[in-house]
Amino acid sequence: MSGFDFDVIERSLPYLFREGMTFTLTLTALAMTGGIVFGTLLAMMRLAAFKPLSMLAGAYVNLMRSIPLVLVIFWFFFLVPYIGAWVLREPNPIKVGTFWSALITFTMFEAAYYCEIMRAGIQSIARGQVWSGYALGLNYWQTMGKIVLPQAFRNMLPVLLTQTIILFQDTSLVYVISATDFLGAASKIANRDYRLVEMYSFVAIVYFVMSYGLSTLVRRLQQRIAIIR
Amino acid sequence: MNYNWHWKVLLEMEPGGTGTYLHYLLVGLLWTLATALAAWVIALAIGAAVGTLRTTPLKWAVRLGNLYVEIFRNIPLIVQMFLWFFVMPELVPQGLGDWIKQMPPPWGSYVPAVLCLGIFTSVRVAEQVRAGIQSLPRGQRLAGIAMGLTEAQTYNYVILPQSFRIILPPLTSEFMNIIKNSSVALTIGLLELTGRARAMQEFSFRVFEAFTAATVIYLLTNLAVVLLMRAVEKKVRVPGLIAAAATPQAGH
Repeated sequence: MSGFDFDVIERSLPYLFREGMTFTLTLTALAMTGGIVFGTLLAMMRLAAFKPLSMLAGAYVNLMRSIPLVLVIFWFFFLVPYIGAWVLREPNPIKVGTFWSALITFTMFEAAYYCEIMRAGIQSIARGQVWSGYALGLNYWQTMGKIVLPQAFRNMLPVLLTQTIILFQDTSLVYVISATDFLGAASKIANRDYRLVEMYSFVAIVYFVMSYGLSTLVRRLQQRIAIIR
Repeated sequence: MNYNWHWKVLLEMEPGGTGTYLHYLLVGLLWTLATALAAWVIALAIGAAVGTLRTTPLKWAVRLGNLYVEIFRNIPLIVQMFLWFFVMPELVPQGLGDWIKQMPPPWGSYVPAVLCLGIFTSVRVAEQVRAGIQSLPRGQRLAGIAMGLTEAQTYNYVILPQSFRIILPPLTSEFMNIIKNSSVALTIGLLELTGRARAMQEFSFRVFEAFTAATVIYLLTNLAVVLLMRAVEKKVRVPGLIAAAATPQAGH
């Protein structure tokens, strides 16, 4: 403990936050948006009356939920260049940066979890709501978009946000593809200056403060919603 | 897509010479299970104790339990891995620290991985246990006290046997989580299933064969766990009791 060097943290603060935390927060925000949109579509597919569609969505969700995130990160890290080449009709796998690879991974992976939350949200809406939508002459997309989804989204808001806090923590796993997120940046400094104890303790404290702060906010939100209902 | 599949690679020898790649991956599965099971013992023991303490009328115990849960829930798993692997040996007395650092592989990464996963999961078990206890009607506890049981006896004979049955399904998914989460131990050098699939990809350059094989092994393992736990649930079910409906939860 005597050799604890706080100076290394101070020296690397700009790099840690400007490079690392920016990567982490951008990735979290974009993957959350993409994940909720894709997850909601998956939830609608899972609840569709057309069996092949619901089975397809169910298979996707169950597959994603059955394998470790680290393995999914590896999968997409190697798969995305091939898919890119196929989409762009290039003969060889294209080059994809770690950020885009991570963004696609987390969007696809978290969508499976957001899907289950949104599915529960949609199922919590009374059936009469859908019928009255149809009775008013709205079609499926209008009924969903104007009646069911706004209510489902609101009911599930605390759970969706809690899942986002988990996503925020999980983005640290991009370490395995050597991305420079907050942990990656800290790990680079830690290994360069041989200050692993200081850097990893600091990383833990920062993650703790941010996640704890966010989950306190979610809890407060939950209480406010609970009073209204 | 232009990818030439070459499934026979699974039957080729791995460079370490211990056997085929398939054998190499299956040994990885054994390490995954060994890590998950050992960590599960820790998670259940601590989780049950902390979760129960948080439902008692003891204010200090509730606060201590809350502190424990908040600390280990709000730090990412990989960062906790690094804390156990890199930081902990430096903070304990030097003799112990040196002994930890000199543990031969794979124990040098296995032990921190088990401790880390066990404590990480204990927090989630504790939350489930607390929710299970609080889902019981208050009358159960009051009836126990009215019959002359002490607080401890009420927990032992009335509350815990019921709540553990209620939380069996969420505990099953926590066990599947611990299997999946053990893959994070590859970052501290434990060659479990995902780590070995990654190594196989590096040795053989057969990226998708390696990851497909690992994926299939994970799926089969999950299936086995689900079937096993379904049998357990059936066996311990109390006739006439309906298990509490699952509420949606964030998590993995």
